[in-house]
Amino acid sequence: MEFLLRVWRQAGPDAPGGFEEYRARDVKEDMSILEMLDQVNQDLVKEGRDPIVFESDCREGICGVCGLVIEGVPHGEPKKTTTCELRMRHFREGQTITIEPFRAGALPIIKDLMVDRTALDQLIQSGGYVSSRTGSSPEANTIPVAKQDQEEAMDAAECIGCGACVAACPNASAMLFTGAKVSHLAKLPQGRPEAARRVTAMTGRMQELGFGNCSNHYECQAVCPKDIHVKFISRMNREFIKALFKKKN
Amino acid sequence: MELDGKVPSGPVQDKWDKYKIDGLKLVNPANKRKYKAIVVGTGLAGASAAASLGELGYNVEAFCYQESPRRAHSIGAQGGINAAKNYQNDGDSIYRLFYDTIKGGDFRAREANVYRLAQLSTAIIDLCVAQGIPFTREYGGLLANRSFGGTQVSRTFYSRGQTGQQLLLGAYQAMMAQVQAGRVTVRGRREMVDLVLVDGEAKGVIMRNLRTGELESYAADAVILASGGYSTVFNLSTNAVGSNVGAAMRAYRKGAYFSNPCYTQIHPTCIPFSGSHQSKLTLMSESLRNDGRVWVPRQKGDTRHPSQIPEQERDYYLERKYPSFGNLSPRDISSRAAKEVCDEGRGVGDTGYAVYLDFEDAFNRLGSEIMDERYGNLFEIYQQITGEDVHEQMRMRIYPAPHYTMGGLWVDYNLQSNVPGLFVLGEANFSDHGANRLGASALMQGLADGYFIIPYTIGNYFARTNPGQVDTDRSEFAQCREEVERRNKELMAIQGNKTAHELRIELGDVMLDNVGMSRSRESLQTALKEIARVRDEFWNNLKVPGTDKALNQELEQAWRLAESLDFAEVMAHDALNREESCGCHFRVEYQTEDGEALRNDREYAYVSAWEFKGVGREPVMHKEPLEFEEVSPSTRSYK
Ligand SMILES: Cc1cc2nc3c(=O)[nH]c(=O)nc-3n(C[C@H](O)[C@H](O)[C@H](O)COP(=O)(O)OP(=O)(O)OC[C@H]3O[C@@H](n4cnc5c(N)ncnc54)[C@H](O)[C@@H]3O)c2cc1C
Ligand code: FES
Repeated sequence: MEFLLRVWRQAGPDAPGGFEEYRARDVKEDMSILEMLDQVNQDLVKEGRDPIVFESDCREGICGVCGLVIEGVPHGEPKKTTTCELRMRHFREGQTITIEPFRAGALPIIKDLMVDRTALDQLIQSGGYVSSRTGSSPEANTIPVAKQDQEEAMDAAECIGCGACVAACPNASAMLFTGAKVSHLAKLPQGRPEAARRVTAMTGRMQELGFGNCSNHYECQAVCPKDIHVKFISRMNREFIKALFKKKN
Repeated sequence: MELDGKVPSGPVQDKWDKYKIDGLKLVNPANKRKYKAIVVGTGLAGASAAASLGELGYNVEAFCYQESPRRAHSIGAQGGINAAKNYQNDGDSIYRLFYDTIKGGDFRAREANVYRLAQLSTAIIDLCVAQGIPFTREYGGLLANRSFGGTQVSRTFYSRGQTGQQLLLGAYQAMMAQVQAGRVTVRGRREMVDLVLVDGEAKGVIMRNLRTGELESYAADAVILASGGYSTVFNLSTNAVGSNVGAAMRAYRKGAYFSNPCYTQIHPTCIPFSGSHQSKLTLMSESLRNDGRVWVPRQKGDTRHPSQIPEQERDYYLERKYPSFGNLSPRDISSRAAKEVCDEGRGVGDTGYAVYLDFEDAFNRLGSEIMDERYGNLFEIYQQITGEDVHEQMRMRIYPAPHYTMGGLWVDYNLQSNVPGLFVLGEANFSDHGANRLGASALMQGLADGYFIIPYTIGNYFARTNPGQVDTDRSEFAQCREEVERRNKELMAIQGNKTAHELRIELGDVMLDNVGMSRSRESLQTALKEIARVRDEFWNNLKVPGTDKALNQELEQAWRLAESLDFAEVMAHDALNREESCGCHFRVEYQTEDGEALRNDREYAYVSAWEFKGVGREPVMHKEPLEFEEVSPSTRSYK
C-alpha cells in the first residue's frame, strides 16, 4: 500500500509548527501506523534529514505512551484501539493521512508529535492512591468485596493514562482520567476511608493545572482506547458532593 | 575466585527471620532522612522500592527513561502473580512454592533466596489488596486463582488480563504518595549512562536528560538498579521496544559481575512472526494453556485447513510427550517442543513457524460466555493483530518468542552486587529463577525485592556508613561525564550508511539463530564472530543524525545498541562455557536419548559471574557454587 502523510513538525515547545508531507511506500496491511512511521523515519535518517519525533514503548496498547491524532481523532479510527495497535488495513490505498500531536494547554508539545503529560502524574500525586504503608496490611481475604464492585472498580482501573480524553475534549478537561481513578478507589472498601479527601484534592489540582471543566460533550469516552465509561465522571461528581456534606457536618 | 552469596546459617525456614534480628543493623529513625538512595527504574521492582524506602523516611531519587514512572515495561504483564496462600485448599504451601520454583529453575538458583521469596509471597498479596488493586474475585467476594505452567496447584492471583498494569499502578501510586510527602523525587526522561564509584563504592549516577541532551550528575549514599531485563538483545521479543540492558552494562563496566547471562526464556505462546516490518511480538498469556490444546498435523507439509484435519491426524505433542503436565508443561519444555515440530516441517501458517492452540473442546465444554470472561481481551488482541476471530476459527496460531531473562547482575542474599552500595532488584538481578522462570513469578519477585527485602538490607549498608559523604563536585563525577561525552561524540562522528535500527536487527538475528532456543559449540562460536563483525560495522558505518546536545531518539537507540553489542558477547561466552543443558539453556550436545535437557550437576552446579576486562577482551568468569541443603537436585520430569 502507499499513502501520503501530512505530519505536524514543530522544533520545540515555543517554535512555530506546520504540516510537512511524506510518501509512505511499500506499506503492509499488517503494519501498525507506528511501524509505518518507523519505516518513513529510516528513509529520513538515510537522507540525512531530521526523523519525525513520536513516542511509543509497549506497542501493545497498555503503557499509554503512544498517542497521535490521526485524521482529527485521537488514536484514530476504529474505536477502542491505541495508536500502536492501529493497523494499516483500516486505511484506503492511496489515502492522505493527517497526523498531529495531542493538543491541550495542560499537555504542551515537546517536539513534533511528542507531548508533555506530566500533569497527569501530578493529578495522581495529589491523592490518587490509598495510603497503605508496606507491612501494615490485613490478611487479603479479611474483607470480601462483592464481585460486581470489584468488576466495576476494574472497569475504571483499566485507564492507561494516555491523555486522549483530554485531547478530545473541547474544554481540555481531565474529568474522565480523574473520574476513573476516583471511582476505582471509591468503589472498593480499601479506598473508602480517604474517598472524601481524595476527590477534593484531585479536583482542586485539576483546576490548578489548567485542565478545563466538563460540559457533557462525552468526546472523551468516544476516543478512549479502553472505553472508560463517562458514568465515572458522574460518580466522581457524587463523591464530590458527598465530600462537601462531610465537611459541613 | 569463589563468590560468597552471604547466605545466613540455620534451617532454610528460619534464615530470613533470624537474619533480620542477628544479621541486619537498623538505622535510627531520626537519622533515616539524612540518607539518600538513587533508584534507577520505576517498574515493579523500582517503584515498590522507592515507595517503601520513602515510607521509612529515607530520601529517594527515582529515574526512568519514560516520561512517567507508570509506563515501565512491567505494565505489560498479563497473566498474574503467584502466592502461597493455599486459598484453593489444593495442597499449596510456602514449601511447595519454594520447591516448584527451585525445580522449575532446574536446580540452578540459590535455595535461601527462593525460600525467602516464597515466604514473602503472601504478604505481597495482602499489601496489594490494601492498596486497592482490583484482583479478580469469586462470587462470594473472595480472591480468585488460576493455574500456570509448571505447577499442579492454583496459586496465581490476577486482575483480568492486566495484572502487571494493576500491580504497577499500585506501586506507582504508593510512590506518588511519597512524592507528595516530599520524600521521593521522580525524574523521568532520564537515561542512566554511567555509574559513579567513589573509593570503590557506588555513590552516584550520570543521567542523560533525554529531553535536552544534557548530562546530569546525581550523588547519593547508595544506588539501586531496577532497570529490567535484556530480551531486546534478540530481534523481536515481547518486551517494550525501549527495554534495554544499558544500565546494567554500565554497572558491569564499572566492575559489577554479570551472572548467568545465557539463561533467557522464550515464551511458548506468542503471536507468530509475520514480516520484517514488525517491531515487536505480542504475548498471548500462558493462562490460555489452561483451556487450549496445542497441536500440529501428523503429516509434514499438511496444508489443509485445520478444521479439515481429523482428530487422528493431529499430533497433540505436549499431551503425548508429557502426559501429566500436558499443555501446562513448563515454558522451556513447551517452547522447545514447538520449535522441534516446526523444524521437522510440521509447522503451520504462512511461515511454517507456528503451531495451533485449539479451543474447540473448551468452547464446547464451557460456552462462549465463560470463554470470553476468561480470555475475551486476548481474543480481541489476537483479532486486532491477525484480523482473525477466534470465535469463528476456534483456534489461534502461536509460536515461542524471547520474553524474559533470568540472568542479571550478580547479587548476594542482601541483593547487593559485588560493588558495595550497588543493589540490584527485579529482572535486572539474577537471583531467584535459576535457569528457567515459572509463569507469574517475576511480578512476585520484583515486588518482594522492592517492598520487603531492600528496605531491610539497604538499612544494614547505611548503618555502616555516614550519610551525605559524597557530592557531585567530586572529580569522579566530572571524569564519568567526560567519558560519556566522548562516547557520544564518537557515535555522532561516524556518519556512515546504516541506521541503529538496521544494525539492531542484524545483531538480534545473530542472537536468535545462534544463542536462542537451542545452542551448540559451533553456533556459539559463529555468534562470537558475528557479534564482532556487527560491532565493527556499528563503529564504522553507523549513521546518527542531529546532535547529542538535544532530544535525539536515533542517538538513544545507538547508545543502547552499543551496550547490547558488548553484552551479546558475554552472553555467548556464558552459553559456550556451560557445557550442559539446564532449563532454558539447551545445548544440543547435551541431551538424553529422547531429547530432554541433560544437566551436569557435578561440574556445573554453580552461578557464573563474569567480570569485565575491556571491550573485545574475553571477560573472566568467577563462580558461586550452589549448595542444596533442603532439596536434592533431581532430574526434572513433567511426564
Ligand atoms: C508481555 C509480558 C507479559 C508478562 N507477564 C507476566 C506475568 O503474567 N507474570 C509475571 O510474573 N511476569 C510477567 N512478565 C515478566 C515481568 O513483567 C517482568 O519481568 C517484570 O515486570 C520486570 O519488572 P522490573 O521492575 O524488574 O523492570 P521493568 O518493569 O522492565 O522496569 C525497568 C525500569 O527501568 C527503567 N530503565 C531501564 N534502563 C534505564 C536507564 N538506562 N536509565 C534509566 N532508567 C532505565 C525503565 O524506565 C523502567 O522504569 C511478563 C513480561 C512480558 C514482556
Ligand atoms: S506504545 Fe504502549 S500503548 Fe501504545
